Amino acid sequence: MSTVDLDALVKRSYQHGFVTDIDADTVAPGLDEDVVRLISRKKREPQFLLDWRLKALRHWYGMREPHWAQLRYAPIDYAAISYYSAPRRNGDAPKSLADVDPKLLATYDRLGVPLHERARLAGVAVDAVFDSVSVATTFKEKLAAAGVVFCAFSEAVQRQPALIEQYLGTVVPYTDNFYATLNSAVFSDGSFVYVPPGVRCPMELSTYFRINAANTGQFERTLIIADAGSYVSYLEGCTAPMRDENQLHAAVVELIALDDAQIKYSTVQNWYPGDEQGRGGIFNFVTKRGECRGRNARISWTQVETGSAITWKYPSCILRGENSIGEFYSVATTNHYQQADTGTKMIHIGANTRSTIISKGISAGHGQNAYRGLVKIMPSATGARNFTQCDSLLMNEHCGAHTFPYLEVRNPSAIVEHEASTSRISEEQLFYCRQRGISSEDAVNMIVSGFCRSVFKELPMEFAVEAQALLAVSLEGAVG
Amino acid sequence: MSDTTPGAPLLEVRDLHVRVGGQAVLKGVSLSVRAGEVHALMGPNGSGKSTLAFVLAGRPGYEITGGSASFEGRDLLALAPEDRARAGLFLGFQYPVEIPGVNNAYLLKAALNAARRERALPELDAFEFLSLVRAKTQLMHIDESFLGRAVNEGFSGGEKKRNEILQMLVLEPKLALLDETDSGLDIDAMKIVANGINSLRTADRSIVLVTHYQRLLEYVVPDFVHVLAGGRILRSGDRSLALELERRGYDWLSEPAAA
Repeated sequence: MSTVDLDALVKRSYQHGFVTDIDADTVAPGLDEDVVRLISRKKREPQFLLDWRLKALRHWYGMREPHWAQLRYAPIDYAAISYYSAPRRNGDAPKSLADVDPKLLATYDRLGVPLHERARLAGVAVDAVFDSVSVATTFKEKLAAAGVVFCAFSEAVQRQPALIEQYLGTVVPYTDNFYATLNSAVFSDGSFVYVPPGVRCPMELSTYFRINAANTGQFERTLIIADAGSYVSYLEGCTAPMRDENQLHAAVVELIALDDAQIKYSTVQNWYPGDEQGRGGIFNFVTKRGECRGRNARISWTQVETGSAITWKYPSCILRGENSIGEFYSVATTNHYQQADTGTKMIHIGANTRSTIISKGISAGHGQNAYRGLVKIMPSATGARNFTQCDSLLMNEHCGAHTFPYLEVRNPSAIVEHEASTSRISEEQLFYCRQRGISSEDAVNMIVSGFCRSVFKELPMEFAVEAQALLAVSLEGAVG
Repeated sequence: MSDTTPGAPLLEVRDLHVRVGGQAVLKGVSLSVRAGEVHALMGPNGSGKSTLAFVLAGRPGYEITGGSASFEGRDLLALAPEDRARAGLFLGFQYPVEIPGVNNAYLLKAALNAARRERALPELDAFEFLSLVRAKTQLMHIDESFLGRAVNEGFSGGEKKRNEILQMLVLEPKLALLDETDSGLDIDAMKIVANGINSLRTADRSIVLVTHYQRLLEYVVPDFVHVLAGGRILRSGDRSLALELERRGYDWLSEPAAA
């Protein structure tokens, strides 16, 4: 009924696709115990960690890649991937920003990551992970004064080995799934956060992940522990260069919230999505899970997923503590030939646990977008409640939206609600906006932003603007 | 280039033929609207009134098979809908669409600033915009909290129509096409809407009221009345034609003798 060609609107330009020419220390492709030992040795890890990695590797040998997701891709050759790449540097790790390779800092400048003093203005503490290594962490002193530990994972292994040993793998065990197990064996770096009891972290914490080297996988591991009565808000951003081949990204994030603690974890994922024909792009197979281990604990996942050729991630909450709360707010866009199979798992174990799931999927081009969510109410979860809403917006007739909700209710007192909708972007809405003098492109952005509003409002303010801008870029060209 | 002296032709529709889904809906419509004039376009259901309004505003989905339409001498039909709007053409929708999650004020500010950019005027910031809108909301008896709600979402029929007129008052178009703005309004709301329309009536603006009934015309008195039926304008006259239609209905017009 309409002549508006929405397809023409869907022309994406990826702005972070540059490569930094930097001398890298990259391990030869392939994976065996020697590679794992090498990684562990490079990081001067204690024995318990090497043992843990090796157990993971041996377990991984017996695992198979999962294929239950609504995704199609050429087989991944795990033997062709290099499992460690680090920017080569002279001598020891950088002691301060002044010791960091200026080329690296320039890269982060181009990405808009506030590593320098301007970070102070933004009030955001940033840890940056370049390929496999954490490059610099800002604001260490201010955080240290509050007792907050925020550093590279590898640094935490040296400084806080007891915390690592106590918590690592307790939410996502090394046997968890194919990608998480692989990560457990070869993870290189990532971020570590510990917030002591009763402390409200004085600023937003942020990690910026960047894949630079070719033919490498990035396997970062993040561990966040919010001790009793503490609060922390954490954001991760991700970019990668444009390359014709696919690159694997298999990260693991573990969150632990003790009694009365709250963790707010936000992701703006903008890995290279591949080109308009679906060549290249990041394969993003990520395991994110949080556990509300204490009473009244609360974990919120907010994600804006605009990048990657393939997104496979289900940030989940284990609601063990009584009265604990899990939340999942997601916007996922797929354009061109991008595929996303994403959602969450809410596992209710404690009494009176509550969870909220809001998922907004936007499909354009030939993009395929699946919501997959599990709500599981265990017999012990008396009085548990869940509310789920998943809405899909289709920009044309070539793209797809799929919804796979799973419900397992084993306690009769639970209340579980599920609402779902799928709609085409409305010609009437577009015309209405255009009749008011708003360009078709701005109209699409306005309508899509409106569609995502209930998720965007969960993002920290500084990043809500960024997310909205990113969404506009990712749907650039969606109206002719 | 834009000549808006009183009496200058603003909209010139000539022998317009339009098909929708392969079916001829407009079969040679001609209409000339000069600056400062108010025209009423009347006619029975399905006569093509709304089609004419949509085609002039540039809604996709209509096939123009003949004729022309110009706006201030420019070929209207060659312009994108947003360009027509920025040039000063406003369509008041019969069924204003709901846009969930999009703030009413946000849409209106974006619309106003698009028009201001077109006229090489500086864009208004949030404060300037709000003070401008505030006065107009009062005129339309609209509560300010209205501005913070999502566009038309959960609005009553009357609120939607008042919101359309509010948008018109803020955008100050040269030509307003108001498609059945009076339908579904009680008499009080009708007076408020009429009051809003009249406040925009100046020597350099024109209004085309699309309506079934002559009730609105008691409050917004037209200079010309046209009857559209079967895709053609069957008769044009002054206000007395509307009164005659009220008495006699539309049927007598379609009798052969009347053509």
